[in-house]
Amino acid sequence: MVRVDGGGGSNSLIKARGLGKTYSRGGEQIQVLQALNLDVEQGEFVAFMGPSGSGKTTLLNLLGGLDVPSAGSITVAGDEITHMSRSRLTQWRARHVGFIFQMYNLIPVLTAFQNVELPLLLTSLSKAQRRQHVETALGVVGLSDRMHHFPRQLSGGQEQRVTIARAIVSDPTFLLCDEPTGDLDRKSADEIMELLLRLVKDHKKTVLMVTHDPVVAARADVTLHLEKGVLVEAGRLQPVASGGVR
Amino acid sequence: MKFLGLIRANLFRKKMRFVLTIGSFAVALFLFGVLAVVRGAFSGGIDIAGADRLVVINRTSIIQPLPLAYADKIRRIPGVKELTYANWFGGVYQDEKNFFPQFAIDVDNQRRVYPEFDIPEEQWQNFVKDRQGAIAGAATAKRFGWKVGDRIPIKGTFLGGVWEFNLDGIYHGTRQADDETQFWFQWKRLDEQVPAQYKSHVGWYTVKVEHPDDSLRVSKAIDEGFANSPFETHTDTEKAFAAGWVKQFGNIQFLIMSIGGVVFFTLLLVTGNTMAIAVRERTGELAVLKAVGYSDRFVLLFVICESLLIALIGGCLGLGLAKLFTLGGDPTRGLLPFFFLPGEAILAGLGVTLLVGAASGIIPAVGAMRLRVVDALRRV
Repeated sequence: MVRVDGGGGSNSLIKARGLGKTYSRGGEQIQVLQALNLDVEQGEFVAFMGPSGSGKTTLLNLLGGLDVPSAGSITVAGDEITHMSRSRLTQWRARHVGFIFQMYNLIPVLTAFQNVELPLLLTSLSKAQRRQHVETALGVVGLSDRMHHFPRQLSGGQEQRVTIARAIVSDPTFLLCDEPTGDLDRKSADEIMELLLRLVKDHKKTVLMVTHDPVVAARADVTLHLEKGVLVEAGRLQPVASGGVR
Repeated sequence: MKFLGLIRANLFRKKMRFVLTIGSFAVALFLFGVLAVVRGAFSGGIDIAGADRLVVINRTSIIQPLPLAYADKIRRIPGVKELTYANWFGGVYQDEKNFFPQFAIDVDNQRRVYPEFDIPEEQWQNFVKDRQGAIAGAATAKRFGWKVGDRIPIKGTFLGGVWEFNLDGIYHGTRQADDETQFWFQWKRLDEQVPAQYKSHVGWYTVKVEHPDDSLRVSKAIDEGFANSPFETHTDTEKAFAAGWVKQFGNIQFLIMSIGGVVFFTLLLVTGNTMAIAVRERTGELAVLKAVGYSDRFVLLFVICESLLIALIGGCLGLGLAKLFTLGGDPTRGLLPFFFLPGEAILAGLGVTLLVGAASGIIPAVGAMRLRVVDALRRV
């Protein structure tokens, strides 16, 4: 169960304690996150909401090992990542984190297959094994028939599905989604949400998602609000009209 | 190898830019190749000159003769192994544009001093027996379509008249750089025709010493032996003689280095800028690579590899074109007998290519390596 009071037990997959992040801009210290606690268990789907500048993306970056906190600690699956070196953190990300960005960030000169294969090139898998993994991932997101298309030949929703396939292909410990539906129309957004929910339900993936869209957030297990760098639980939401999964 | 597809895909991202960058390298390396050919054409004689051969000329000038009687005196100097002599003829075949060097040679000693020129024994014996005989280098024979047995008329410029020669043989060089443009005939025939004051005089001697270490001592001994005579000598190694000849055209080496330096520096600026733009355009993609687990060092090598590959493709293209350019042979028809692109020049060209490729990629590559994922993604 997601907790923000620092009282989570040993079951927590992701555990943040006293997390703080301060930026220095023009000599001024800007505190984005302060003394934040968070516990997320395996297989949970957490949405983060909050006004612009509240620190949602910063929190996601810290949990994903893309940035280092100014204070506090983060432990994921028993690994304390806060004090890892830059190169070790890179290796850790490759193994544990799947990233899904708002702007998809696919490499335009690579096909869907090649984009999804990128994380696997860092592993010792053979070419045949990589092919099998990529085909499986693209199958999960329903793009088996588009694997040799370039991003420009795909719709926005399809591009985001390729990004999801790239995020899950190496079977990471958890997925971080930064506004995954922010650039999509409602229909495509619904499809992406269905897919993320399916990953949680069928594949026991843990998903942390930042969104501005309350309809999207409503489909997560729990929505947490960030207000001036402090995390507050908005409550466990019940089934919503548009999706009806929960 | 598994990352090659990623590098290749990025190379062709902007096809026009790729073609233009490759073109810059190709043009620069073509120029490098041609300059190397020109340098070789001028200094080829220096590079292949025998380390154990000395050239003895008249101290006043090479156009002043030396007495034939010097031959025996020089032979008696300790350290002298072989000796031969020759005269410049300077005739014209059909047209003045058909330049090739003609020498009246000492048939008794020529092959012992110049073993690098290969002539079939039978042809050589026919030449020795034939006072009107001649031997042509393979390049000259090919140029004019001469065959053994042909009658070659050469118009004398200094002595006048038309000199008819029987082509008794064709020589080949045993090394790639050997000059195959010369035309030889018997010195005795020339001696019979020259005015009385030039009889029994030669243009220069070529002396082969027992050991290259003897060169300096033997040179001094020759020049001291004829000091204060009406025909004082100036003796130098064949290499120094060839170098002195090249110097008459100016400092070719400096000229070529200057042009090459400017071209490559400009190329460095152009390709450096291109790579910087290429990396800046891909900031977001490089950030994603790092986010999914690619290390800083990988990104550094990735950008450098891309730069090297562009350089290598362009460089090979340019050097290939330069090689093609030289396959036609000496475009001056005889003035530059050493007209070819040597293997060392190709290797040097590839070395310079890789150096420029690495140098132009290093700054953008370091920038990409230092890129913070969070900052880069914020910019996208």
